[in-house]
Amino acid sequence: MPRLVSHPDEVRIVSRRFGQGAEKIDRYLELGGYEALKKCLAQDSDWIINEMKASNLRGRGGAGFSTGMKWSFVPKQSAKAKYILVNGDESEPGTCKDHLIFLHDPHSVIEGTIIAGLAVGAKMGFIYLRGEYRYLLEITERAVADAYARGFLGKNICGSGKEFEIITQTGAGAYEVGEESALMESLEGKRGVPRIKPPFPAVVGLYGGPTVINNAETIATVPHVFHMGAAAYAAVGTPRNGGTRLFSVSGHVERPGVYELPMGYNLKKIIYEVAGGIRGGRNLKAVVPGGSSTPVLLPEEIDIGMDFDQVGKAGSMLGSGGVVVIDDRTCIVEFALRTISFYAHESCGWCIPCREGTDWLKKSLTRFHAGFGAPSDIDNMQYLAENMLGRTFCPLGDAAAMPTIAFLKKFRKEFEDHLNGKPCPFAREGVPQLTVV
Amino acid sequence: MSTDNSQSGATSVFSPRLAARFDALVEEYPVKRSALVPMLLYAQDEVGYLSDAVVAEVARRIGITELEVRNVATYYSMLRFKPAGQFNIQVCTNISCMLRGAYDVYERFQEELGVGPHGATPDGVFSLEEVECIGACCWAPAIQVNYDFHDELKPDDVPGVVDQYRKQVQNEKKNA
Repeated sequence: MPRLVSHPDEVRIVSRRFGQGAEKIDRYLELGGYEALKKCLAQDSDWIINEMKASNLRGRGGAGFSTGMKWSFVPKQSAKAKYILVNGDESEPGTCKDHLIFLHDPHSVIEGTIIAGLAVGAKMGFIYLRGEYRYLLEITERAVADAYARGFLGKNICGSGKEFEIITQTGAGAYEVGEESALMESLEGKRGVPRIKPPFPAVVGLYGGPTVINNAETIATVPHVFHMGAAAYAAVGTPRNGGTRLFSVSGHVERPGVYELPMGYNLKKIIYEVAGGIRGGRNLKAVVPGGSSTPVLLPEEIDIGMDFDQVGKAGSMLGSGGVVVIDDRTCIVEFALRTISFYAHESCGWCIPCREGTDWLKKSLTRFHAGFGAPSDIDNMQYLAENMLGRTFCPLGDAAAMPTIAFLKKFRKEFEDHLNGKPCPFAREGVPQLTVV
Repeated sequence: MSTDNSQSGATSVFSPRLAARFDALVEEYPVKRSALVPMLLYAQDEVGYLSDAVVAEVARRIGITELEVRNVATYYSMLRFKPAGQFNIQVCTNISCMLRGAYDVYERFQEELGVGPHGATPDGVFSLEEVECIGACCWAPAIQVNYDFHDELKPDDVPGVVDQYRKQVQNEKKNA
């Protein structure tokens, strides 16, 4: 069972039922579960969408788009059935928040999905979990069955005469499927390659019908917005960044864990106070602020508030909230190689700049880290990465290129130190140099 | 391809229980084909890998060609066309795990099992894989043995993990 952590600065909204047995429906009901649904059933869809807009809740998957706006894009009239699709394909390296949501509070995802359905006029929702999360899928399936048994799902939810169905779905191992259009392809039983946009899923999505796709954390937050009231929820965060965020803090900190903190909470404080500082009293070298696809920050760049706008201004992204902390014993070239190896492995091969770009970056970095790099490699890798940006159907190409550019720019000296057959200055004694298969 | 879409359990490569589950699964979605990815994974869980017979039956149940099934199956990293060990040990070495010593854990597994990277023990009990992020970054280094997570492993924990599953096999043999 994953270890839970806590800190006095936490504001527990989404995580408030963690560790309290709320995966069981009776306990969930005791803790205020399905009250938000009842509130929404008494209102019309415009009211729900307006509340969501007022909450300033922004998508927790990484893009940070306003959830209320996204819901408002779904046409009211549609010849085709509308769908809600919950993205629980959590696979951004450094991110493990949805893991805890499905483990401790699956009903919040179910309740949020139904509310989203009421808002846009959908009668069916899908909760898609990555294939590796089998035990979480089983927990979620039990929760769905319980919700049916208690009349929160089915033909007549809470006696309102409204209907809503939820189907749970497993993936089978693919980072790319976390991208919304690839997710729909996978759910339709195909290879998870992205679709070109427009049309956007809100107009033409799953099975050709208008579809809302939200991250699992976003959906799990929805009931809390209605529970607290949109204004109260928005007030927790910073302007245009409502509420809290589940930050997955990992790497070289004393107390790694998932912490729920208000949007805009200072990154330096997250590392040095909340997570207990750098492990073993070492010094900080770099921080990846929002999952492995976000550009790395230097120690002098981390005195910033963790919301979408402030991290964006600092030249990186809040992304999925996965804060990866790197100490001064770490080789950045090795770290960059491991990062890019992941994207090379996960590139679906649909768009050439991504398929070839990630592979060549991996090859170059492998050679470079082994000490056989040429001086021109540094600029070539940067040129290659810059030419991947914006040239692919989906953001995976960018996700690989952006961190690469940041590593090369911010740690150029360290790359140069690997030149001319010099051994990696950070090579661990007795451990052969990393060769990624 | 056969046009016979009858799903009789008697001719199925799957157990009656799984066959019945699949009968229901294809009816669950607005479109039958949506059952494909879960069906392949659940089939693999039972059979061990996607054998020719599995591919053929899944194709028949969904009503698509075997080629289409293979086209989809080859995309997903958890799906395999060759058997793995009874216990497939998947060591995450992605960044969060790497920073906390995942490669040392991976090497220790190789020593303990006497296999190389992506190797398998001759008795068919264990196979070893290096995998990408498994969503346990805050509890790194983490591994999965089949679907079970083991968090915050140190190299010295490795013999214990291996032993745990070895004992399970011995108990199964005793009870058989």
